[in-house]
Amino acid sequence: MTATADMTGATDLKQTATALVARKRLVAILTPIVLMGYFVYLFFAFDLPGLAERARMDNAKILIADSYSYKTHITHDNRNGGLVFAIEGESKGTYPEGMIPDFVTPVGEDAVNIALKAGESAEIEGSTLRYTIPDYGTVTVTVEGRDIILETPDGQTPDWISASGARVNITGEGGRATVTRARTEVYNYSFGWELFWFTLDSPFYGKSLGELAGLAVSGDRVVADKSNIAAMVHDFWNNAMWRHKDVIWAIFETILMAFLGTMGAALVALPLAFLAARNFTRLMSIRFAVRRFFDFVRGVDGLIWTIILSRAFGPGPMTGALAILITDTGSFGKMFSEALENVDDKQIEGVSSTGAKPIQRYRFGVIPQITPVLLSQVLYYLESNTRSATVIGAITGGGIGLLLTQAIITQKDWEEVSYYIVLVILMVIAMDWFSGWLRGRLIGKSEEH
Amino acid sequence: MTDSTLGESVGAKGTTDIQNAYMAMARTKRMYGGIILIVFIALMVSGFMLADSRNAGGFWDGILNIFKFPGEVLEEASEKAALIPALMWKFLPSMIETINIAAAATLVGGLMAIMLSLLSTRGLARFPRLIAPFRRLMDVLRAIPEIVVALVLIFILGGGPVPAMIAIALHTAGALGKLFSEVNENASLKPLEGLESVGASWSQRMMLGVVPQVAPNWLSYALLRFEINIRASAILGFVGSGGIGYDLKNAFSWGQGRYDEVAAIFILLFLTIVFFDQLSSHYRNKLIGKA
Repeated sequence: MTATADMTGATDLKQTATALVARKRLVAILTPIVLMGYFVYLFFAFDLPGLAERARMDNAKILIADSYSYKTHITHDNRNGGLVFAIEGESKGTYPEGMIPDFVTPVGEDAVNIALKAGESAEIEGSTLRYTIPDYGTVTVTVEGRDIILETPDGQTPDWISASGARVNITGEGGRATVTRARTEVYNYSFGWELFWFTLDSPFYGKSLGELAGLAVSGDRVVADKSNIAAMVHDFWNNAMWRHKDVIWAIFETILMAFLGTMGAALVALPLAFLAARNFTRLMSIRFAVRRFFDFVRGVDGLIWTIILSRAFGPGPMTGALAILITDTGSFGKMFSEALENVDDKQIEGVSSTGAKPIQRYRFGVIPQITPVLLSQVLYYLESNTRSATVIGAITGGGIGLLLTQAIITQKDWEEVSYYIVLVILMVIAMDWFSGWLRGRLIGKSEEH
Repeated sequence: MTDSTLGESVGAKGTTDIQNAYMAMARTKRMYGGIILIVFIALMVSGFMLADSRNAGGFWDGILNIFKFPGEVLEEASEKAALIPALMWKFLPSMIETINIAAAATLVGGLMAIMLSLLSTRGLARFPRLIAPFRRLMDVLRAIPEIVVALVLIFILGGGPVPAMIAIALHTAGALGKLFSEVNENASLKPLEGLESVGASWSQRMMLGVVPQVAPNWLSYALLRFEINIRASAILGFVGSGGIGYDLKNAFSWGQGRYDEVAAIFILLFLTIVFFDQLSSHYRNKLIGKA
């Protein structure tokens, strides 16, 4: 009797086990198949075959080359005469009268020799450009009236020269040249971020670190009404090319957005969380309403809040801070109310047994219990919101996000883009470190992984 | 007799000392708390005033206008309420694209995160010397905001979903990698020893020894990430790649007259986010409950 019961029990067990293993095996086989199928669908939905055509690898090359090098434009005005030397061709980077780059040698009126990289050289003499390439010879381009005349050593046009009636482009190994009726222009590429410290109009331009240190300690004033260090700081801070002042302000604005938004959200969410917690609010309807409010605020995405707020407040850090504040009120409210529901009642009872009033009960019975949870969440969000503030800044127009999108959209100042990217990464890492440090100090346990 | 009186007075003196010391400590603590509170309030107020002064529109003007734009949208949407479902249907493909971007990014980033986390967990790593470099790599991946990668990739690859997908996937790899490696640290090493004793290779040990232990927690974190990534992919669309964000930007920049489209997209986005929130929290509860 018992034996048969055991037997049936065992068969049952075996059957369940077999079914379970079979199901697991099915899942194990099906999961990769479904995933593969999804990726195949994405392959066509994202138009990956078309992507290969759309991809502009020359853009990638420009981007990479530009991020660590700069070019100096040497421009001759073919209509009115006169030579201009300018870094990146910008008016802010133009060499002042009487100052020329060191790879340029003047050889006469409106005539210069330019030493380029890879042994190449160029010579501008009036409206004539001679571009010399080793092992090939000299290409001569002359502008005469309305015509541009191209002469190559073998009479043929190689594929690195593109010539039309209105424009000749020469792309060498060490430089580039463009000739139009209006101007003859030679570009020389050099390594580094030129003018990062001082622009050309600063008396400190081109000085080595040793010379600068010497100037800093010496009493002889380069600028009459300022000490040397003050003058250096002033020239660096007001650098027109790299705009350090604006960039640092933008970084600060981004951090400000994250700080105001996160802390503001925590301050708004805390009292509301008491209303949403089961053990503090007995009234179902209030609890329900507050919880739906949290859900609603979280569900209406940060993107939508940002758009709505930017309509009311215009671009700037306040808009970004409020967008973060509203979005995170929902998240904080949910988390805080969950933390409040897990509070230990004994401590509250202990405090109330001493005759404490409700406010005191909350202050001494509840707050100390939830502070660690609260603080660690708030600090975690502070770090993550620094990143969000960059994105929100790009949408509303404020902080480093705005500078970054502007620099990328103009598609030419990639060295500035890389500068901003480096700063953003440093900012996020610094905030990450800072919030971790603060958490360690306030909660008293360091969570170092 | 004398001894006991002496003892008593010492005891009383000790209690007073302790009480004094305690009160002093409580006072210092209260003072520090007060200082921190004052500094915090000062920071908040001055930060608020600074942000207000650097904003294009002031706070107090803006707060009065805050309901103006939603009001306009609501007004126009209610006038054309009958059209909204059709518009929502029209924008559904874009919404699906946004979800696809998020899903693909979560999958690709999750797979990268699995590799990175296994390579950077003490006791499991294939190359123990490279644990620190892999961790720093994850830190950097996490630190780069998605928008930076997306904008650079849009310049190279042109618009479309792929730049956004790659950008979110890279961030996901860093963020999930850290969480996964925390999970891995709690995995028992005994199955690994058993597998090693029968000559299993590193990948076999990971597949058969670690993955079954940690898969539920991995999945739960990945679901949470998916939820976050849907929001991120909508935002990236607004900045330049495809999806619902792009449509929202277009409808929005048309201004008045197209607010019915704005409303339709708002509703669609809201419903999608709430739906996936609920879905993922349901499955997360199930997974964690089982584990």
